[in-house]
Amino acid sequence: MSTLTTAAYLVSSVLFILSLRGLSHPSTARRGNFLGILGMAIAIVTTLSNPGVLSYKEIGIAFLIGGLIGTSIAVKIQMTALPQLVAAFHSLVGLAAVFVAASAYYNPSAFNIGTVGSIPMGSLIEMSIGTAIGAVTFTGSIIAFGKLQGFVSGNPLVFKGQHFINLLLGLGIIALIVKFCIDQNQELFWLIVFASFVIGVLLIVPIGGADMPVIVSMLNSYSGWAAAGIGFTLSNNLLIITGALVGSSGAILSYIMCKGMNRSFLNVLLGGFGGEQAASAGGVKDDRQAKQGNAADAAFMMKNSKTIIIVPGYGMAVAQAQHALREMGDLLKAAGAEVRYAIHPVAGRMPGHMNVLLAEANVPYDEVLELDEINRDFSETDVAFVIGANDVTNPAAKTDKTSAIYGMPILDVENAGQVFFVKRGMASGYAGVQNELFFRDNTLMLFGDAKKVCEDIIKGLEN
Amino acid sequence: MSEISNQLESLSYKAQQIANEASQLASSVAETSGGHSDFIIFGITVLVLACFVGYYVVWSVTPALHSPLMGVTNAISSVIIVGALLAAGPVDSNISKYFGLVAVTLAAVNIFGGFVVTNRMLSMFKKKQ
Repeated sequence: MSTLTTAAYLVSSVLFILSLRGLSHPSTARRGNFLGILGMAIAIVTTLSNPGVLSYKEIGIAFLIGGLIGTSIAVKIQMTALPQLVAAFHSLVGLAAVFVAASAYYNPSAFNIGTVGSIPMGSLIEMSIGTAIGAVTFTGSIIAFGKLQGFVSGNPLVFKGQHFINLLLGLGIIALIVKFCIDQNQELFWLIVFASFVIGVLLIVPIGGADMPVIVSMLNSYSGWAAAGIGFTLSNNLLIITGALVGSSGAILSYIMCKGMNRSFLNVLLGGFGGEQAASAGGVKDDRQAKQGNAADAAFMMKNSKTIIIVPGYGMAVAQAQHALREMGDLLKAAGAEVRYAIHPVAGRMPGHMNVLLAEANVPYDEVLELDEINRDFSETDVAFVIGANDVTNPAAKTDKTSAIYGMPILDVENAGQVFFVKRGMASGYAGVQNELFFRDNTLMLFGDAKKVCEDIIKGLEN
Repeated sequence: MSEISNQLESLSYKAQQIANEASQLASSVAETSGGHSDFIIFGITVLVLACFVGYYVVWSVTPALHSPLMGVTNAISSVIIVGALLAAGPVDSNISKYFGLVAVTLAAVNIFGGFVVTNRMLSMFKKKQ
């Protein structure tokens, strides 16, 4: 690699780091994204100027096709469908890593790693590890995509001996890699790919729909490590640096999500949490009656309050209620109330999902606050308006040691003067735990579709 | 005299043989490591340092922008296109080149998709007027 090439790759690496740095504040974030694009452009042009790269026409066509597909998807996608989009994109990185490694195996001289049948041991190790991670990322992301999109049931799929099979497969892959590094056998290469595809599926099926934020972050991390693995094969620092950035980013996001649910990463990975099983197990018959209100009551009470905190959850996204919600907030502000939004770390199906949806509905970002910024304010708030969230407000997390969600940080909506719960029915949340809050004196349930309820309240406010 | 010269000749022949063998051995050693063992240590150094950079940079990202962060990291992880371009580069068509072209297409979907969707998200974040 020439000095100039190395220098250009270094520039791209630095631009990528600055790109992530830009995301520390919404005001610098767009510049950050631009720096990322610039870094990618430099990396591509530098590689194209490599003397070994000659087939510009075919590459141009491939790049154009991919670019058109990517752009048209990204322009059209609904913001509520972001999590599955990101999962689908991760799968592509994984698959691309598999193809690059396969290409390096069949034509090592293009990568300066020896000739067919006599690839150096070091390169073989890196190649096979990169392949395995890429293949796991590919199928894992496809399953995650299916669960988020609803193609695959969001319920955890658990069967006997599942973890044992995974363990066997994992050990099998390691054995295959060792054998491949000695024999350089073609069949072994594809066996590694196949076994990794299978384990990618098996790792994700036992994990429930609402644990997907952790899984999407984890797959984000994997796609980074796959890129870093290929970077070792190519002896290319740009790929290693970028892979490490992406890998650590995904790992940190997974950690934040796990902490938001007070569960260990291992506990999420082993799966089987939530879904129908948990709901039936925890669904103790409850004869108590929750107080039910209607939109007109809610409109009247909120019109006369000074401070309101809105707590959105995944239910808001499902009902596409963010625009109606913002309109309601605007009317309340016009009536003289202070309206703010409180976001729990695991609200939605991917990290920061609620923030994007509220931003889409033109809610200014300085009205949207994180759990630790706003939690103490609930006790001085007149109305807490919970829409599509449940478990993240359940006080049992603080008091009931036997509860499945014990220890999870929650939004203290119970401390507000009046609590409104917008819900479709009395069903328990994802964790299958009954919410104490429904039966409190200061709680009023507003049953119905989140969007419909908001629109009804808007009508009430306008009268 | 002629005996000594004969012996010398055969000795020098043997020496040459040994030298040949040694050079063959050296080159085969060089081939298996490919000058590569140096890069592994160097690469791991870079990897570890980059993980630390990533750790500090990512913790400074505001939680409100975690979705765009995933969008950007998704786009830049497609830097794997560097490998795809090298694979697709050679003129003569073979399986390896086709794999490379498929990888170029997949990575391009991601690069454009990732950056465009992130830009869409970020353009929606507005301050209070």
